[in-house]
Amino acid sequence: MHIDKDLVAASATPLVLAILAEGESYGYAILKRVRALSAGELEWTDGMLYPLLHRLRRLGYVTTEWRTPPEGRRRQYYMLTDDGRAALADQQRQWVAVTRALNDVWPGSGGLLTALGEA
Amino acid sequence: MEGVESQIADWRAFVANAPGINGHDVDELEDHLRHQIAELNAAGLTADEGFLIAVKRLGDVDGLSREFAREHSGRLWKQLLVGGDEEPTRRPTGWAETLGFAVAAAVVVQVARLAAELPEEEPTWLMRNAGLFVLPFLAAFFARRRQLDVRGWALTASPFVVAALVVNLYPYDINSATEILVAIHLPVVLWLAVAYPYMGGTSRSHERRMDFVRFTGEWVIYYVLIALGGGVLMGLTVAILEPTGVDVERIAEWVLPSGAAGGVIVAAWLVESKQRVVENMAPVLTMLFTPLFAVMLAGAAVVYAVTGLGGAFDRELLSVFDALLLVVLALVLYGMSARDPSTSPTWMDGIQLVAVVGALLLDVMVLGAMIARIGDLGFTPNRTAAVGLNLVLLVNLAAAAWLSARFLTRRSRLHRLERWQTTYLPVFALWAATVVVILPPLFAFS
Repeated sequence: MHIDKDLVAASATPLVLAILAEGESYGYAILKRVRALSAGELEWTDGMLYPLLHRLRRLGYVTTEWRTPPEGRRRQYYMLTDDGRAALADQQRQWVAVTRALNDVWPGSGGLLTALGEA
Repeated sequence: MEGVESQIADWRAFVANAPGINGHDVDELEDHLRHQIAELNAAGLTADEGFLIAVKRLGDVDGLSREFAREHSGRLWKQLLVGGDEEPTRRPTGWAETLGFAVAAAVVVQVARLAAELPEEEPTWLMRNAGLFVLPFLAAFFARRRQLDVRGWALTASPFVVAALVVNLYPYDINSATEILVAIHLPVVLWLAVAYPYMGGTSRSHERRMDFVRFTGEWVIYYVLIALGGGVLMGLTVAILEPTGVDVERIAEWVLPSGAAGGVIVAAWLVESKQRVVENMAPVLTMLFTPLFAVMLAGAAVVYAVTGLGGAFDRELLSVFDALLLVVLALVLYGMSARDPSTSPTWMDGIQLVAVVGALLLDVMVLGAMIARIGDLGFTPNRTAAVGLNLVLLVNLAAAAWLSARFLTRRSRLHRLERWQTTYLPVFALWAATVVVILPPLFAFS
């Protein structure tokens, strides 16, 4: 299935915020998580993740820290801030509203909202 | 693995050259690339194949560079220049066209000068209209460069038309104070009106407002450089021609105003097209002068706090103070625009806070002295304009000090401070416009 470019772009921010809400992470791991979560359906150009992360940092949603894990190379870790949590909650409300609207006009796809954690 | 290492090194060098991507970004991208390659190798691909696929997945460097540039407009504040998918690729305005605008501005200035019959007479209309001779050409220069549509051109032109009408239809008294105030404030209004075409016919984007702040700072640097060069040229010309008996004054009459007018356009073009040159210089200049001004302001604030206001605040000194406060604000604003917003607070931010707090204290004292004077002697156009300006500055500085203190203690982001300043920019324009449009009738054009 091909997911529309605009939809991929729109879902990128809440997705990344939600992944970081699970715990701090770094670029490649975030991307792997996105692939796993969407079973490969969400096609990102890998590099575009970084400008997005940097935007979240500028907005104060994440903080960053360069660290060298014992076995690996120096890399930048991203951690969600309280502002980021608030932004995520806000995004969730928006997506629920959108999904609910779609749900109402698409009979037969009733599982959507339950999947989002609100019904 | 040898081959892959050199391939990665080549790739790294190539990406590092792309505008908008800095060293840390490359480190981050390289880490990503290596992870991806390792995973593909583990899945059974050869090192070469892994490299090819990983690079492909990262995306093409042009697109990446564009995304990074869009996010880090401060790092590379050319996002207006970087061709994007949505933005039409702009036809670069060449030097010939620039020269056209510069010459047109110079011609208008010369016509005005001849009409005014300087230096025998010094009609006040000349002074009042000074901004209107040159800045419309700058606005037109940008409107053309940004390829504005008809609506954009109309909106660009309207403030200039309104200003021209207001300034020339008001019946000022002879030796009118409001007229002098108009002459001082009109260029500010018109300069901020240039922001509209500069920002490509938008006015709401905070990023572009910041770009305009940057543009203003770099324009000043270029203009001063051009003026210095012009000064040397004029000095030498005079020195060489004087002995021959040529009337040097006549030459200066023609060359100086034309150069000053044309320089406005040329400096703007230089900022646009030779950004890399000044891009390196501007942060250095702010680095150099912010601490010096901070020391000076802190010192002055302490001295005035200790010695008290006394009779020190006469009219001359008040205008000096206003000029000083404006310079500090410009320095802070410009320093911020040249800063990478994503980094954590540094000692420079601390120094900047010192400068802002010093300026704030001085502003409070000036304001106190001025209100006392108004209480004694009542409102005049000059006092009203000065109090208004100081109030506008006070609000700005107070909020800036508060936000930057929060930023330094890591309770807020630099982003907030930037937002505050870019949100506040129109207030300056509004206040200057008030002085130009509303103050004269309020004081019966006295």
